[in-house]
Amino acid sequence: MIAGTSDRAWSRRLESSGIWLLLVAGAGIMFFPVYWMFATAVRPKDEVFSGAAGLIPSSFVWQNFADAIGRVPFLSWAANSLIITVVAVVITVTINLLCGYAFAKFRFAGRDILFLAVLSALMIPFQVIIVPLFLVVSELGLLSDYWGVILPRAAEAFGIFMVRQFMVSIPDELLEAARIDGASELKIFFKIVVPLSKPIIAVLVIFTFMWRWNDFALPLVIMMKQEMYTVQLGLNLLRGQFNTEWTMIMAIALLSLVPMLIIFTFFQRYFVQGISGSGLK
Amino acid sequence: MAMMAIAENLRVPAAGRPSAADARRYWLQAKRNQLTPYMFIAPNMALFSVFVFFPLLYALYISLREWSLIDTPRFIGLENYIRLANDALFWQSLRNTLVFSVATVPMSLAIGLLLAVALNRDLVGRTLLRSIYFLPVVISNVATAVIAAWLFNDNYGVINTLLQQIGLGPVAWLSSPRWALFSLIVTTLWVRIGFCMVVYLAALQSISPTYYDAAKMDGATRWQQFRYITWPLLRPATFLLLILGVIYSFQVFDLIYVMTGGGPGFSTTMIVQYIYQAAFVSSEMGYASAMGMVLFVMILLFTLMQWRVNRRVEDVA
Repeated sequence: MIAGTSDRAWSRRLESSGIWLLLVAGAGIMFFPVYWMFATAVRPKDEVFSGAAGLIPSSFVWQNFADAIGRVPFLSWAANSLIITVVAVVITVTINLLCGYAFAKFRFAGRDILFLAVLSALMIPFQVIIVPLFLVVSELGLLSDYWGVILPRAAEAFGIFMVRQFMVSIPDELLEAARIDGASELKIFFKIVVPLSKPIIAVLVIFTFMWRWNDFALPLVIMMKQEMYTVQLGLNLLRGQFNTEWTMIMAIALLSLVPMLIIFTFFQRYFVQGISGSGLK
Repeated sequence: MAMMAIAENLRVPAAGRPSAADARRYWLQAKRNQLTPYMFIAPNMALFSVFVFFPLLYALYISLREWSLIDTPRFIGLENYIRLANDALFWQSLRNTLVFSVATVPMSLAIGLLLAVALNRDLVGRTLLRSIYFLPVVISNVATAVIAAWLFNDNYGVINTLLQQIGLGPVAWLSSPRWALFSLIVTTLWVRIGFCMVVYLAALQSISPTYYDAAKMDGATRWQQFRYITWPLLRPATFLLLILGVIYSFQVFDLIYVMTGGGPGFSTTMIVQYIYQAAFVSSEMGYASAMGMVLFVMILLFTLMQWRVNRRVEDVA
């Protein structure tokens, strides 16, 4: 009996170690592309094409980053991306919070049909409306303009959906009590609803930042002037124009990831919350 | 907790019997409140109308016309759709899209599920392992495409270098039609499995351990536990991932545009690539819009079908 238990415990241990080793090997494979980008960006340029380049660079040439920034207007792309992303985050988070709150906590005529319309926006592929969207933006005089990429994506169906799911659980009594006290609706929103919604606001800020920073198709058709290029458009340009200068391309690719890597490192749990909480409850 | 504290605070002054003046003020405000929700949703609805719903209707309108942007649109009825049905390139891009979806969606779900089950146990370094598998989700498609293009580079890519060291290859990863699609599929799996893993992990964690305790008492094997408890309870997650996966794979644009440009030839041209090309390279707005409408209807039909199947299974269960 005792021998049997310990036998089983032992085989469990063996199995666990086996799974662990597999997981570590898998993680190695998953991380390798990111590592290889780094290794290519920092190794001496002549090593890249030698064919016998080791897995670890023979030396670390940090100058490669400075060279890359000196040759292409990365800083201008980054500034454009940052402006677009920050403005978009502020607008999207504000209006999505208001909208999600209305859908969660008010009864009004047409509510369900309007919410369904919001959800259906989630299913319309961007490429289906890309032609008319381009025409609308052009008609508004916003081609090659920050607003031309900010406004079309400012209303975010997924964000409204997340906010609504979260705010449904705010107790009605809380809002009613404030109304009886004579608080205005905006005051209730800012003084009661917003402070209670900090977790979902964090999720929304981080997701919107990621969506806008990583956006490609919309800026591709809207930003026609190169001085308005975002980081993603710039990276695509490099891939076309300097397609053999892998040191520089990898250096710029790595720099383009820095904001996302920082956010990922510090706020990873919000990504997980946003993804896991969105459609499952 | 904080919520309760605020609730208590707010309730105190309102606890007394409201006076007639209070009641009147409250009534007036309730009247005003009827407008409030509309004002709160107005900014979003206005933006949706201008940048999503109107363009969708407009796309339908353009799809019935011949239009190169610089000339005036000319009504041609269903001609764009008829041309579509006879366009070999359209059928090829449709086939590529389907092959791509069938290759990436089930596989990313399966790997994501395996990872979630494995990483749901108590393991050394579990958090770090989860982070590494999840990392590609936050990396932009453009950066992913650029990195993948370098790894799969025919001449200097590390994959061919490693293959040659063990006496294989080199493989023309990006310059042969078959391998180019394969490289794209591998890259897409790299992007997608972390997402599937996170959704499955959340679903696994919401399963009450009492089910497993009961099953163990009845002597269920671990496979039986998985088959009869875990898998059925993961169905909503699987359903969600299936729909999101298909929508993603039908819309994948950035990755392909940057990594292969749809080539070599048209071997990796998906419908969305073809739409972009028709609109912004050959300036055939009507034709591009017609393709867009077909894609939209396909996604809509698939989602509705999935939804009905899901409902039926749920009714039976």
